[in-house]
Amino acid sequence: MSIAATPAAAAILPGRGGIGGALSDAFWRNPKLLLFLMLTPPLLWLGVIYLGSLFALLLQSFFSIDEFSGLVVREFTLKTYGELLRPSNLDIIVRTVTMAGLVTIASAIIAFPIAYFAARYARGRWKAVFYLGVMLPLWSSYLVKVYAWKLILAKEGILTWVFEKLHLTFLIDGWLALPVVGGNSLSVSPTGTFLVFVYVWLPFMILPVQAALERVPGNLLEASADLGASPSQTFRNVLLPLALPGVIAGSIFTFSLTLGDYIIPQIIGTSHLFIGMAVYAHQGTAGNIPLAAAFTVVPVVIMGIYLWLAKRAGAFNAL
Amino acid sequence: MPYAVSFQQVSRHFGSVRAVDAVDLEIEPGEFFAMLGPSGSGKTTCLRLIAGFEQPTSGHIEIFGETAEGVPPYRRNVNTVFQDYALFPHLNVADNVAYGLMIRGVGKAERTREAEAALEMVKLPGYGSRKPGQLSGGQRQRVALARALVNKPKVLLLDEPLGALDLKLREQMQEELKVLQKALGITFVFVTHDQGEALSMADRIAVFNEGRIMQTGTPEEIYRRPKTRFVADFVGSSNVLSPQLTERLAGVAEWSSLRPEDIRLGAEGGHEATVTGTSFLGSATRLTLDVTGEKISVLLPSGGRVPEQGKSVRFSWNSDALHLMGAKA
Repeated sequence: MSIAATPAAAAILPGRGGIGGALSDAFWRNPKLLLFLMLTPPLLWLGVIYLGSLFALLLQSFFSIDEFSGLVVREFTLKTYGELLRPSNLDIIVRTVTMAGLVTIASAIIAFPIAYFAARYARGRWKAVFYLGVMLPLWSSYLVKVYAWKLILAKEGILTWVFEKLHLTFLIDGWLALPVVGGNSLSVSPTGTFLVFVYVWLPFMILPVQAALERVPGNLLEASADLGASPSQTFRNVLLPLALPGVIAGSIFTFSLTLGDYIIPQIIGTSHLFIGMAVYAHQGTAGNIPLAAAFTVVPVVIMGIYLWLAKRAGAFNAL
Repeated sequence: MPYAVSFQQVSRHFGSVRAVDAVDLEIEPGEFFAMLGPSGSGKTTCLRLIAGFEQPTSGHIEIFGETAEGVPPYRRNVNTVFQDYALFPHLNVADNVAYGLMIRGVGKAERTREAEAALEMVKLPGYGSRKPGQLSGGQRQRVALARALVNKPKVLLLDEPLGALDLKLREQMQEELKVLQKALGITFVFVTHDQGEALSMADRIAVFNEGRIMQTGTPEEIYRRPKTRFVADFVGSSNVLSPQLTERLAGVAEWSSLRPEDIRLGAEGGHEATVTGTSFLGSATRLTLDVTGEKISVLLPSGGRVPEQGKSVRFSWNSDALHLMGAKA
């Protein structure tokens, strides 16, 4: 038989030689060395550049600005945080957080069926179509998409035209006449801002939810039906709890991205400020770095509270 | 009284694959019924047809006299113990067991009590607060059993529930399942590819192959009087003898089966054969004999003398051990 060992072959092969061979052997004997070498650069990056700048930001927020000279006073004070509580600033925070919450809820509702289809039914070619469909919008520039939406939502835009052809213009007019959400046209109303936020961040909700649903074995759904649960009961008692970590992961994206964005509300929506726009204004033209920093701390704190609540509610129990 | 489950010419096709092909089946109430067959023989699909996870392509299914086609799983008083248990990972053991009761709107106190009673029945009292991930395979299997039985189903379906357990645990569970079934009087339908399991547990067995039922009968019937070559070979790996060999050995030109343990070796009389292989199995030794080009295996009880490979031996059997299966089995 050809497979029989040739007498010349040694039981232990000689080393591969060279630096590559020596390194391979060293890493094999000491796997932690490889781990150390692989993790050091990203940890340095994360520690110094990312956490460092975050810490600098936090520090800045405890300074204040001298009202006369406009210079930053490098002394510890809570005055800047006090400024955040002024009605005009509080208004900005409430508006942004409400918008982020609504965008997150809408994204989750729209994303779930899409993610469910992709995880349960899409196979082969359809899976590729799904990924392409979800990712494709991310390939084009964010600004292009936002301006495109401005045209879609404008008074003479595509959406108005479609509603006109369907003789449904009264729907848009009726909606725009509503207080708070309405305005002169969709492109200058909070509704418009909301629609564009949902569109732009939707992929960031779909992908984690899809990943979570993919990990739910199909036989759990069968077991639930077998034990007498109707599809809606199965959804509430099995599918949603198991998909919740994915929904939470997605909501971290949609929520925090909306909290921090300053371009969309600037191009589409009313002239009212969002947190991102306030930060941009304070650190730029106004030169009030401490207040800008304090504004930036708000989303960080909100996200912290949000994750803590989610954990307490058992959202990560299925992980 | 109607049958617990009855199939009339039931087929389930997946594209061009006939997973279940014109099956007729009757399961008596209170029976421990085993569906036995190799993988892909259609036995699991039959189980899923009873559970309602699959709908028949054609044919008629009744459960206790009521039409089952078009009825979703959640409206069938039938419960399943899944092959990999399918316990809900986010719920603790008690909530898993009480799931069906919770869905039916049974109050918290009552379902806690019933879940604990069910856990006691499967010998896991006090395990209610653990998560499925903290249990061993055997324990998960028991929880799955309790979760199904707590609903007092009309029919309990078991899909190879012992497949993942080690031998010792499997034998113990076989015994317990049998005792439990007799005590509860619930109809059990058990899917397995392990012929030993089917023989030892079931009241009746249906042997499946390629989407069809080859034979239905008591374990004794299936084992002693297989109707086809497939059944003879699959249930207990009997020797299947060709018509030519049967004619030479017994004078009848039919297919026949001869159990390895029914064959005796002796110095005189009988028929001549050559030993081509031996393997030690613990309680017995399996010999492979060559009889004019056909292989026959023989089980010799341990302790006796085992002829060497290449030796010529003579073999015989009790007159009723050779089972004839017809010319075209």
